[in-house]
Amino acid sequence: MTAPLVGVAVVAAAAAAVALGVAAARGGIRIRNPKPGAERILVPFTGGTLEPTVLDAAIRLAQAEGATLVPAYLLLVPLRYSEDSPLAEQVAVAVPWLEAVELAAHRAGVAVDARIEKGRTPTHALRRLWSVERFDRIVAPAPANSHGGLTPKDLTWILAHSPAETIVLKPSPSPPPPSRR
Amino acid sequence: MAAGVGKTYRMLQEGRQAQAEGRDVVIGYLEPHDRPETAALAEGLEVVPRLRTRHGDLELEEMDVDGVIRRAPELALIDELAHTNAPGARNEKRWQDIDEVLDAGIDVISTVNVQHLESLNDAIFELTEIRVRETFPDRILDEADEVILVDLTPEALQERLRAGKVYSPERAEVALDNFFRADKLSALRELALREVAEDVEERRTARTLEPLSQQAVAERVLALVEPQPKSQRILRRAWRSAQRLGTEMDALWVRRPGRPPTPEEETQLAALRRLAGILGAHFLEVEGEDLVDTVRHVAVERGSTYIFVGTPDESRRREILGGSLLSRMVRELPGLDIRVVANRADRDKLAI
Repeated sequence: MTAPLVGVAVVAAAAAAVALGVAAARGGIRIRNPKPGAERILVPFTGGTLEPTVLDAAIRLAQAEGATLVPAYLLLVPLRYSEDSPLAEQVAVAVPWLEAVELAAHRAGVAVDARIEKGRTPTHALRRLWSVERFDRIVAPAPANSHGGLTPKDLTWILAHSPAETIVLKPSPSPPPPSRR
Repeated sequence: MAAGVGKTYRMLQEGRQAQAEGRDVVIGYLEPHDRPETAALAEGLEVVPRLRTRHGDLELEEMDVDGVIRRAPELALIDELAHTNAPGARNEKRWQDIDEVLDAGIDVISTVNVQHLESLNDAIFELTEIRVRETFPDRILDEADEVILVDLTPEALQERLRAGKVYSPERAEVALDNFFRADKLSALRELALREVAEDVEERRTARTLEPLSQQAVAERVLALVEPQPKSQRILRRAWRSAQRLGTEMDALWVRRPGRPPTPEEETQLAALRRLAGILGAHFLEVEGEDLVDTVRHVAVERGSTYIFVGTPDESRRREILGGSLLSRMVRELPGLDIRVVANRADRDKLAI
């Protein structure tokens, strides 16, 4: 009587193992839930631009350290408007960028906690963000091929005032134009 | 309709009327054309000083857009909407200046002749054989709350010209032989009347449909958030939909009684409040024991029609034992659209 029962149990266990295997295979990459107090890596950017090489590096860093990536789009409020003015056009630029950054990070299994912060200048927006949130590391993109990002002056300010370890990443230079025959 | 019919005069009358009703009115830019009646009507209205620029030997004056915005009146009177600004000005055209003033929350009354309307440019050329260079986009007229036609018969306008009420006598003579010929003025008048009639018809149709369509298609977005990073995404997605629908948006956090947020959650809530502010959403914090019940109350109160919710973090066991939150929402929130905001990265799991 016992032999058939053992046989059934073995089959059931094997079926469960196969089922688990399928679930794991379909699950793809799992995004780690950051533990409370986990390291937070801030990547500030502005002007509708974030170099892919800088983003990749920041994601790799967060991945290696099990940290949460905090991409922060810095929204600039022109002086002629009050600081509370709605800036729908700029937000419309920021939102797809943050979605794209979030997607890239999630695909790498990195937890993301995105922000949009506004100020009169990028440094003003950063100062505001730093005053209310904790960051353990800051990855700042150096100005390079694109226009409208952080300026050398902004970077100097960041290096002088940053509340955490700061890495300035220079994007890879533009590839040379293809040679013509 | 055309120069000399009394547009500036009418604009000033409207401004004075608004001032008498207690509104804060300034003149952003006035083209008095050396007409004493116009200058007299402008007296007593505050004028924002013009911006002086130098172009070669010429000193030019334009409207000081920043000055008007800084002064922040309720209503600004800005003459000659189709005017081309002096070289070096921030905007090429005055209608772009006016766009900035409107964006700053200031109402504007402006003036324009029918021949400056972009879509009528070819028709005007055929009628008058004059190609008008200063044009403005039709959307300006479409977006205006009200369009007033300042009408004058061709004969009356010619009479004003001859009496020197529009141009100096020499200039008036030339004008009467060219642009201000009776046949051309009649054609311009017809165009202006037709344009305004179409505008009135469009507005009438919109108003007739309004009460019905309001009920059928009016939307108000409600985004349900929690003090978690994923709620940033929910708010952003809800904002994009609200933008497309041209509607207002609320963000709601249902606080459980007797469970104060942890410091970590406080930080997340502060970030959500800041984001809601940037997106122009109203952040609501309501205490409630039951999430679905609380959402129902808020949705009724705010007139919400479209609910955004994140993928619930429920365990299968809880779903089976207690019923899923989403199916409860569908069942207990009838008449409301519900959208579950997913993590786009999860689409990779769809791969076969």
